[in-house]
Amino acid sequence: MTQLALVIDLNVCVGCHACVTSCKEWNTSGPAGTMADERPYGADPTGTFFNRVQTFEVGEFPNTETVHFPKSCLHCEDPPCVPVCPTGASYKRKEDGIVLVDYDKCIGCKYCSWACPYGARELDEKQQVMKKCTLCVDRIYDQALPETERKPACVMACPTSARDPGSVVSKAIRENGGYLLMPEWGTQPANHYLPRRKTRLKIHDDELERADNPLKIDSQLPKPGMAEPSLDDVTSW
Amino acid sequence: MHPAFSVIFLTTLIGVGQGLFLALFTAQSYALFDLLPKQDGQSFYATGTLIALLFLAAGLFASFFHLGHPERAWRSATKWRTSWLSREVIVLPAFMGTLLLYGLAHLSGWKPVLVTLPSGLAIDVTVGLGVVAWLLAFTLFVCTAMIYACLRFLREWHTPLTVINYILLGGASGFTLAAFFAACAAPALTGFFGGWAVIITSLGLIGRVASLLRNARLKPKSTLQTAIGIKHPRIVQKSQGFMGGSFNTREFFHGKTPALLRSVKWLFLIGAFALPVVLLAIGMATASTMLLLLAFAVQYVGLMAERWFFFAQANHPQNLYYQSIA
Repeated sequence: MTQLALVIDLNVCVGCHACVTSCKEWNTSGPAGTMADERPYGADPTGTFFNRVQTFEVGEFPNTETVHFPKSCLHCEDPPCVPVCPTGASYKRKEDGIVLVDYDKCIGCKYCSWACPYGARELDEKQQVMKKCTLCVDRIYDQALPETERKPACVMACPTSARDPGSVVSKAIRENGGYLLMPEWGTQPANHYLPRRKTRLKIHDDELERADNPLKIDSQLPKPGMAEPSLDDVTSW
Repeated sequence: MHPAFSVIFLTTLIGVGQGLFLALFTAQSYALFDLLPKQDGQSFYATGTLIALLFLAAGLFASFFHLGHPERAWRSATKWRTSWLSREVIVLPAFMGTLLLYGLAHLSGWKPVLVTLPSGLAIDVTVGLGVVAWLLAFTLFVCTAMIYACLRFLREWHTPLTVINYILLGGASGFTLAAFFAACAAPALTGFFGGWAVIITSLGLIGRVASLLRNARLKPKSTLQTAIGIKHPRIVQKSQGFMGGSFNTREFFHGKTPALLRSVKWLFLIGAFALPVVLLAIGMATASTMLLLLAFAVQYVGLMAERWFFFAQANHPQNLYYQSIA
């Protein structure tokens, strides 16, 4: 069975919210109807989103790290939200494992949102149906789009390539310590997260010195210090 | 969780309806074996069944206010293989339909004998319908409670005590109402119903206190560490990603202070259990119909507080992601 998934690299996410706005822009413009915003310019705005970027501070000052954390539906392999749906509006596609809601069957009872430990589902206040990330199912198979654009809107928007879909996912998960959110519930989320990694720069001496510097090659003269001018500095060739 | 009044009314009202029917049918079964005086079909059983049906219908009506698309409610009967909510949607009308037939059989006096036991006891159609309705009443209790008890990460609900308490609390309120109804329609049964109401209410108190004690000792399985997968002991959310509200900030938190929650807990412990037992005892001793009515009214309000607390106390793990606005 195929299972599509996203892998989200917390090492490079800069918390720019481009995936949030790109997701909202694409999905509010589609044939499924708008993702309603209530009182967008009022005192207490609220709206439907498939994707959020949250920010956490890890550690104690001054040894802290700021972690930006994009959160959307994880398309669990054993999704607890699907069997509880009384109408069958919530379903998991056999062919690619995407968890979807049929907006024409949903009765808006909110039971599936109770059954999701991640809070990935949001009730649309205007349409009164449950909405959630579709993994841009209307983009990724669209033959009318150029092949490079057959990706979810959030992936297209990410400036640091923190979000990866498709075949690179399983390799990224395996090689970079990909992990699951809330593994204690056995939901087996398809989306994985890659942890923060220490960035170490190893610089060898020969990368700092010109290896072809004749003054340093023939050894007939004493080897000049690092601060001494090299041939480049004293001749115009 | 955010307690929705539609669901509070649904679960408490149908609980009364189921409990009242169970009381009526218990009396009929006792009367069948001459343990209690036989009652008139029309004035007692048919009227009592009508009252039970009114409570069930009111609960069903309230449930529609919970739905975003009530006109599609019929679709919710389809996934009974996996969803307890779907099962409830099927069992509730089935129970009401059987109850209607049970009431009509009593009203019309149409009681053909189905079987005759070896002892010569005649089992008529009202007993047959009553047994079916009795099974459906318990099935409905289980379905309603399992809607909550099956959600494994809402750990305050994920316990057999949830099912036991739905049965006991529905039964208690039904038997209390039956005591008042008997005081009006069949005074000979007041003591029988009132006595059982006191017993079931006391059992309900034991069950509810057990679940309160259990929930007070619960340690959360999900933490901020497992929620975002970072092992550091000190993690603080700085931003939930938006400054306004959202479905996630409204639906999963009661929005009240811990002090209010504690007050509601004591309110329902007194209102749903202690006070009704006292009122029932005095009402039976003084044969006061009004006190029995008061006992039911107080217990019903107490059970609404109990249900409010039941929802408010459940702490959804998704709240870990929505702790800070910035």
